[in-house]
Amino acid sequence: MTKAVPAWVRSLIPIFSVLMVLLAIWYVAVAPMNIRVALDQAERAGAVVVPEGSVLRRDISVWRLMLDNPGVISGGYDLDRPRLPTPAQVGQELWKTTGEMAMKGRAWSKRSLIYHAWITLQSTLWGFALGTSLGIIGAIAIVYSRVADMSLMPWAIISQTIPIVALAPMIIVLSSQMGIDSRGVPKAIISAYLCYFPVLVGMVKGLRAPDMSQLDLLKTYDATGLQSFLKLRLPASLPYLFTSLKVGIAAALVGTIVGELPTGAISGLGARILIGDQFGTPLAIWAALFMAAILAGLLVSLLDGLQRFAARRMGLKT
Amino acid sequence: MASQNSVIEAQGLSLTFQTNDGPVHALSDVDLTVEKGDFVSFIGPSGCGKTTFLRCIADLETPTGGNLSVNGMTPDAARQARAYGYVFQHAGLYPWRTIGGNIRLPLEIMGYPEEERRARVSRTLEMVDLAGFENKYPWQLSGGMQQRASIARALAFDADLLLMDEPFGALDEIVRDHLNEQLLQLWARTGKTICFVTHSIPEAVYLSTKIVVMSPRPGRITDVIESPLPAERPLDLRETPEFLQIAQRVREGLRAGHSYD
Repeated sequence: MTKAVPAWVRSLIPIFSVLMVLLAIWYVAVAPMNIRVALDQAERAGAVVVPEGSVLRRDISVWRLMLDNPGVISGGYDLDRPRLPTPAQVGQELWKTTGEMAMKGRAWSKRSLIYHAWITLQSTLWGFALGTSLGIIGAIAIVYSRVADMSLMPWAIISQTIPIVALAPMIIVLSSQMGIDSRGVPKAIISAYLCYFPVLVGMVKGLRAPDMSQLDLLKTYDATGLQSFLKLRLPASLPYLFTSLKVGIAAALVGTIVGELPTGAISGLGARILIGDQFGTPLAIWAALFMAAILAGLLVSLLDGLQRFAARRMGLKT
Repeated sequence: MASQNSVIEAQGLSLTFQTNDGPVHALSDVDLTVEKGDFVSFIGPSGCGKTTFLRCIADLETPTGGNLSVNGMTPDAARQARAYGYVFQHAGLYPWRTIGGNIRLPLEIMGYPEEERRARVSRTLEMVDLAGFENKYPWQLSGGMQQRASIARALAFDADLLLMDEPFGALDEIVRDHLNEQLLQLWARTGKTICFVTHSIPEAVYLSTKIVVMSPRPGRITDVIESPLPAERPLDLRETPEFLQIAQRVREGLRAGHSYD
């Protein structure tokens, strides 16, 4: 007698299997990654370690150190400043800087990740709106104008070959020269710079999706250019649009975080990562990274839901 | 001078495509008159120009030589006057519109008022036997039903000329027979002029008042057969000697124009 498992549970099983494997690899990796720090700490506490002195240990492989000091390995799982924190430590840090602070009514404190995520989210959404608009307008221009097709597309591709980390400081310097004091504006521009491209490429493909006979049909009706855009090209491009919007919002988030890194910003997830690096607190970096991942997941899921809704409204099989 | 009743007049019509392998003579010196109310089939092997000729009538291709008039106008003017409805080989219904929405498409583009649209959609759906399917989406319908919906879409704005490019080519024999019968009834009821491109000899003979046999390289007309078959055509007409005799003549025309090398 087998009991039917609900479909959504079945769809979660593979996701959890992968998660379990990743967590297992992570836990195993903590031991070699933290053995040197653990040995330093144990030595300071008066334990006998082989060999003595961190200078001597520098040239010995982590595997050798683990073999010679099996008793110290477990210490690597409970460090204040680990090279690689355990998933549980990251989880605790994440909870301490979000849920716990929210419960104390300090969700908007400068030490709360909720506050920093909100700062990042704002710039992401501005950049997303700007980048998406530019992408869609560019795509329309490319599809309708041969000149735009030949002139815009190569530059759009070239623009993506420039590393954004090289460009970000310049955008910030230039926007402050133009008298823009707010940090949000250059961040949104950087974010839009990364986000417009997938939207542009996706929309060009989408607007060109109708085949020749569908365009011929509209010609037999003597339809105007605007009519064939609104009634054929635009609806035909929607599945492509949503797919590229999902890529675009993730790119916008990455762009915002990159924009927060080299700028001396003090708020935003990127700033938290930078500060964590400067002050040697990997836990803060990891917590900020996970916060960014959660944020990206939420945004993509939101768009996914919107896509399903639109598909159902358009009568498409999902 | 063209007679009062002629819908399509072609004189010395030719169309040459310039390709990398040199010029391709898709149509060469085609003369043809289609009278009002005719059911004309164009039959011939691939590359004989039958579809190209239909597309010239529809102003989807521009002839490179000769004269062509549709309803006494240039093809371009006729297209802008919405003189014809075109049915493509593939139904090409918009997947995001319901069947009713698809039939409404030309009416929206041509600016019919909402009430008129609704009336025309239900009337044409009835004509093709799809009443009750207005709110279904194309993927919920069989291939034959989708093709009927695309015919309804071409009928919706009451053009007197119907251009059909192998509309039943992708359908199986049984569905095809059924649709042929329905198409004849529709033609009898509406008195439209129909130009019908096909690969199938029985289909051409069964449907037409006039059969135009074409052959390739260059695309040209080799025979025009005025069918003596009666207007009333049950399916078993296809077993009669008269029917087989015409089919034989079509087959000979095809063979003569085609060396099978």
